[in-house]
Amino acid sequence: MSRAEVVDVAHENPEPGPERNPSVLWSLGLFRSELVTVLRRWRTLALLGVLAAVPVLIGIAVKIQTGDGGGGRGGGGGDGPAFVTQITNNGLFLVFAALAATLPVFLPMAVGVVAGDAVAGEANSGTLRYLLVAPAGRTRLLLAKYASVLAFCLIATLAVAASALAVGALLFPLGDVTTISGTQISFADGLLRAVAVAGVVAASLSGIAALGLFVSTLTNSGIAAMATTVGLLITVQILGQIPQLSAIAPYLFPHYWLSFADVLREPVYWDQLVKNFELQALYVAVFGSAAWARFTTRDITA
Amino acid sequence: MGNESAAIETHGLTKRYRGGQLAVNRLDLTVPRGSVFGFLGPNGSGKTTTIRMLMGLIDPTDGTAHVLGRAMPRAARTVLPRVGALIEGPALYGFLSGRDNLLRYDAADPTADPRTRTARVTAALDRVGLTAAAGKKARAYSLGMKQRLGLAAALLQRRELLVLDEPTNGLDPQGMREIRALIRELAEDGTTVFLSSHLLDEIEQVCSHAAVMNQGRLVVQGEVAELAANARGRLVVTTPDTGAAARLLKERGIADVTVADENRVTAELPPEGTELAEINAGLVQAGVRVRGFAAERASLEDAFVALTGEGFDVAG
Repeated sequence: MSRAEVVDVAHENPEPGPERNPSVLWSLGLFRSELVTVLRRWRTLALLGVLAAVPVLIGIAVKIQTGDGGGGRGGGGGDGPAFVTQITNNGLFLVFAALAATLPVFLPMAVGVVAGDAVAGEANSGTLRYLLVAPAGRTRLLLAKYASVLAFCLIATLAVAASALAVGALLFPLGDVTTISGTQISFADGLLRAVAVAGVVAASLSGIAALGLFVSTLTNSGIAAMATTVGLLITVQILGQIPQLSAIAPYLFPHYWLSFADVLREPVYWDQLVKNFELQALYVAVFGSAAWARFTTRDITA
Repeated sequence: MGNESAAIETHGLTKRYRGGQLAVNRLDLTVPRGSVFGFLGPNGSGKTTTIRMLMGLIDPTDGTAHVLGRAMPRAARTVLPRVGALIEGPALYGFLSGRDNLLRYDAADPTADPRTRTARVTAALDRVGLTAAAGKKARAYSLGMKQRLGLAAALLQRRELLVLDEPTNGLDPQGMREIRALIRELAEDGTTVFLSSHLLDEIEQVCSHAAVMNQGRLVVQGEVAELAANARGRLVVTTPDTGAAARLLKERGIADVTVADENRVTAELPPEGTELAEINAGLVQAGVRVRGFAAERASLEDAFVALTGEGFDVAG
């Protein structure tokens, strides 16, 4: 390919087209670029690696324990759904156990890191000013950022689920699934429920994603934004455990997280699931608007 | 309303930061279309704050700014695709290759056609001489290469206005020459170039117009030739007999006679109409060993120092 040819393309073609109305697909270009950029960071890959390792650890631990002939003592403590005991009978339950194990801390922490870094990290490296003079448009950039964080929520959840499914299939038998209600459903139906559970878990993370994005618009330091978001997560988790504060508990974003187990009832028990979605939507609305208000009016001095 | 013939026009543009510090104070700047406009000033004089306001990155406290005839920051979406900018040095994604950095910046522009994206990125890389290093991670780039990549990002589309903040920063002399040649080439194509620099001879070499800022205020603006002409040149006599020369010059009524060192006496040029040769003859007749006698043309640097009353010290 000759250079002259290439230069010609650049010079003759794009008569600057500000009047041109960018199509929807072109707007998706920024989202795609955003997501690819997030996924090409080492840090993101490391986070996904850690998440995928959790089911492996649980699977091996359960395998070793049952190998000892223990047969599994009555499963996970606290409020968590006790899926661990069922893993030895059906590997598919490793998916549920792994999601239940990662949802309280690991998954939201990973989302907090990615969301917290979304705007602050770009401000820190100075790339934010170039995106804005490109011009990405502040609202458009924020939407693309939030969409890519949501995509990361889904990818992170799927990383856990897929890894769990692979490990479960490898170490344990698969077969018909006994729901929490005690009825039997086919393995295919069970798999479908697993996908639904992953979807619910990913949606449960949309609240902290919005919170992290808001924090990210407040500072020019990516590290500070990540630390603050993860710190908030831990604080909220602790507040939710204090009995004296039970009055505020229903308004804390993790309160209904473990409701995903209700997908495994026959029939599906919607009450808590809907409450979870409503709560997440509230957080998205509040912190999403706060992030927008802040980001569209802020002086970009970094 | 904005003046159509001006690429940049500001009226009373003011920025006061939250601490109360006045970074830019009632700036009235006019950058004619088609000019190569040098924007000068010591560090901390408000140049970058001005550029950020022009690019819609920060909101002015007061006053208006029009870029390409449209009010900023309101018209950012329609104006900025026609503007290429390098602001306070390049900023890159270290974990992406040079080419991928440009692809990312191009994707951020909603008016950039994705079908020609690859070709335009290749052309921009070629234009700044980075074709060979396009696949390397930007983290591994030298400062000069980063600077070139930043310039390439400003050249992804055909632009009507280029805003370049210290574009030759970090480049070696050869690189500086290349960039200056590139700026001239772009200017010949009709692109208006707004160039901030602390290198006065750079401004003198490439710019047709210039403005000088000091402590947030505009000190002067106009054509470079005029600005330099306004600074008075100086008479320079090279001689070992500095004492005698200085005395004789003073006797002739020449102002500001200074002995610069043991071989040089400088003074203000005498008023128009004085025959310099006569002064020289007078010196020689009095036995002063004149080795050199010259009227030195004022450079932009002299003009600058005269205007700001200082060199490039950081403003307080």
